Amino acid sequence: MATFFVVLVGTGMAYLLARKNFKGKEILDILLTLPLVLPPTVIGYYLIILTGRNGLLGSFVYRWTGWSIVFTWYAAVLASFVVSLPLMIKTTRAAIESVDKSLINASYTLGHSELTTAIKVILPLSKKGIIAGTVLAFARAMGEFGATLMVAGNIPGKTNTMPLAIYTSASSGEWANANLLVVFFTLISGLFIYIANKFSTRVI
Amino acid sequence: MGLSVRIIKKVEGFTLDVEWQIGNELVVLFGDSGSGKSLSLQCIAGLMKPDEGWIRANGDLFFDHTLKVNVPPEKRSFGYVFQDRVLFPHMTVRGNITYGCKGISKPEIRQKVDEMIRLFHLRGLEDRFPSEISGGQKQRVALARALIGRPDALLLDEPFSALDHPIRLEMIRLLEEVRNEFNLPVVLVTHDVLEAYAMADKIIVYSGGRIVRTGSPGEIFHLPAGLDAEALWSGLLP
Repeated sequence: MATFFVVLVGTGMAYLLARKNFKGKEILDILLTLPLVLPPTVIGYYLIILTGRNGLLGSFVYRWTGWSIVFTWYAAVLASFVVSLPLMIKTTRAAIESVDKSLINASYTLGHSELTTAIKVILPLSKKGIIAGTVLAFARAMGEFGATLMVAGNIPGKTNTMPLAIYTSASSGEWANANLLVVFFTLISGLFIYIANKFSTRVI
Repeated sequence: MGLSVRIIKKVEGFTLDVEWQIGNELVVLFGDSGSGKSLSLQCIAGLMKPDEGWIRANGDLFFDHTLKVNVPPEKRSFGYVFQDRVLFPHMTVRGNITYGCKGISKPEIRQKVDEMIRLFHLRGLEDRFPSEISGGQKQRVALARALIGRPDALLLDEPFSALDHPIRLEMIRLLEEVRNEFNLPVVLVTHDVLEAYAMADKIIVYSGGRIVRTGSPGEIFHLPAGLDAEALWSGLLP
């Protein structure tokens, strides 16, 4: 689910950053890349400040609806979204920037608008990068731990993602359970990297 | 039909300052690389914006800096063929040609595309991708794609320079056929003397962003009387 939004927003953002020049582009780029380098706890902290019951956005939502995103599974989705978005944007942007400019110009001179050109020429030609970005983002979202723990907590059956479940099992001595999950997780992640490599030789 | 151009454009220490009008003829923009020939085409097609001047084709105004008119490239009607890497690699030959056509019904498009495929000798290649056809075939597809929308003028930016000599010759003949069929102004950019000589009705010689001479091929290249272009051309064949 987080991946779905990542693909939508990430592709749009990547297109903006790759093809447009506007004020604040540099700042937007930095903001969108930050989650890649910041510790997940810092991201989680920011999310709490923003969306918590007393947060900037959260207090607003809470006042109107009496509901808060924190400690729900939506928060887990949000955390995964924020940490995996940069991977999607970086990979897709590189792919969009590598599309030959003369092909784009050719599309314009053939009477096609920017939107048609984006859909029919630019995106199909960056398909590999978009798929690679999606796979990486999905893998990252799946492995998300720190930020999720901060904003969504670790409520069994509700907000405990797989990494959180592993943490719980290990800390409570359920080694058999932990082993199973860890092996499963490693295999799945390996598979994703394999798929990502198939589509792109330049990432990671 | 005709094309009227006045362009002043400064780019990184280089100034393009030209003015010319052409009718339904093939005009060669001739000159060294860096003399502003390609830049002129980009301004006409709307891919670059001139600092001053105007661009008119068939009575339509596409650019005028005093009137603040600047029609975006997709709303101008010019067939533009680039030097290389021109076809969309993810579309077949048929897909590429179809992409040049819009705003009419599907059966109509299909009929028009079939007609172009016949005219440009592309039968049997319809379902191939650009990576599976030769350089000459690629440029034939590019021409078909540029012309299917019946543009106001055809702009050719060294379209044959990457091709081998015999294929270049074949393309020159094809272009003659195309001109008879479509009857429209053609602007051909080249720095190849033979191409200019064999094809041009009129040659405009560029140098350092300005026009230094205009005239018929005979006038420009000072051929002795009695030596016609066809003879010269065929004598130079391998």
